[in-house]
Amino acid sequence: MARITAGIACSHVPAIGVAMDKGITDEPYWQPVFKGFEFSRKWNEENKPDVVFLVYNDHCTAFDSSIIPTFAIGCAAEFTPADEGFGPRPVPVVKGHQKLASHIAQSVILDEFDLTIMNEMEVDHGLTVPLSVMYGDRKPGDDWGTLVIPLAVNVVQYPAPTANRCYNLGKAIRRAIDSYPEDLNVHIYGTGGMSHQLQSERAGLINAEWDQNFMDMLVNEPDKARQIDHIEFLRETGSEGIEMVMWLVMRGALDEKVTEVHRHYHVPASNTAVGHLILENHG
Amino acid sequence: MTEKPYEDIPGTFVFDADRSREGYWLNQFCISLRLEKNRQAFRDDPEAHMSRFAMSEEQKQAVRDRDWNRLLELGGNIYYTSKLAAFDGIVFQDLAAMMSHMSRDDYRKMMVDGGRPIEGNRYKSEWEKK
Repeated sequence: MARITAGIACSHVPAIGVAMDKGITDEPYWQPVFKGFEFSRKWNEENKPDVVFLVYNDHCTAFDSSIIPTFAIGCAAEFTPADEGFGPRPVPVVKGHQKLASHIAQSVILDEFDLTIMNEMEVDHGLTVPLSVMYGDRKPGDDWGTLVIPLAVNVVQYPAPTANRCYNLGKAIRRAIDSYPEDLNVHIYGTGGMSHQLQSERAGLINAEWDQNFMDMLVNEPDKARQIDHIEFLRETGSEGIEMVMWLVMRGALDEKVTEVHRHYHVPASNTAVGHLILENHG
Repeated sequence: MTEKPYEDIPGTFVFDADRSREGYWLNQFCISLRLEKNRQAFRDDPEAHMSRFAMSEEQKQAVRDRDWNRLLELGGNIYYTSKLAAFDGIVFQDLAAMMSHMSRDDYRKMMVDGGRPIEGNRYKSEWEKK
């Protein structure tokens, strides 16, 4: 049987990818950001998944304003890193697990979550930066070392799906993966966040106390975390902090009790608070 | 009318369905600049490239003026308008500094020191007192 053995939360700040691509991660500005990922890479190496189910948001790359799906699952054989205006990131093509992706789509839709199915999709930094964080430097011809099923969540146009909806979708994804007959080790990622506002006069907002409380709550009291409403995300964590609903999808797919094996929090990476958790699931 | 409890957050344009409708062509214009062929077209003839998108005259003027907050007010979304900034060679953090009326150095320092604090920045009423 396929099993979800871990959940990983991780910001996907584009500048983290740029720092890796330029090889400047040892600079004083970046050193504390990447120090917190050292444990993660070692842990990942020791707990290699066969498949990563990666919850992220597209930043008007695959979806411009013309199509805005709330939840879209990538069912393609592969996903090419997109040109976001500066040329594509120099990282490997992302390979999908088509059979598992189709199984999840079928199961989750019958479970009343109406996913959009993507049989062709380019992926942007929202997806590739968390992979770079966990897998380290990989060049275009390399292999990422895992298959990936992307789930894109709309958090660009308000309203994003609620935290509670995301949490329940996570539960449906869990049921789908649990019912897949092949033995597969699956990790689920919830990406984006933490507090940040990229726009207008309140740009640069950071709320470190809120972020730390959110991480505590997500780990230990997910039933409370899923009740956070949109206005709280917007007001307390900045207009782009609402990305944290994606962490709830990840959390919903794990047991009620999990083991936090790693936490990393740092301000800033560019305009954003970086947050990262590794949660082991005992299922 | 849909209730919009987020309207009292200061210095923030929440990109909701109304803004998305108003800003549709502005955002589609901005995102066109993701691709080099469109960047070249905009470089060659800015007005001709803009005319391919059904933007309002106000929106076109805000593009000409590179009035970054006005673009948001007229329905632009930051992930889109930042493509126009990138076209100009402006890095994201410097765009953030411009939108919040700070110098590049002051903004960078604010971020390194922990970011813009939440205290005093939750409600418009807190800004009006300043």
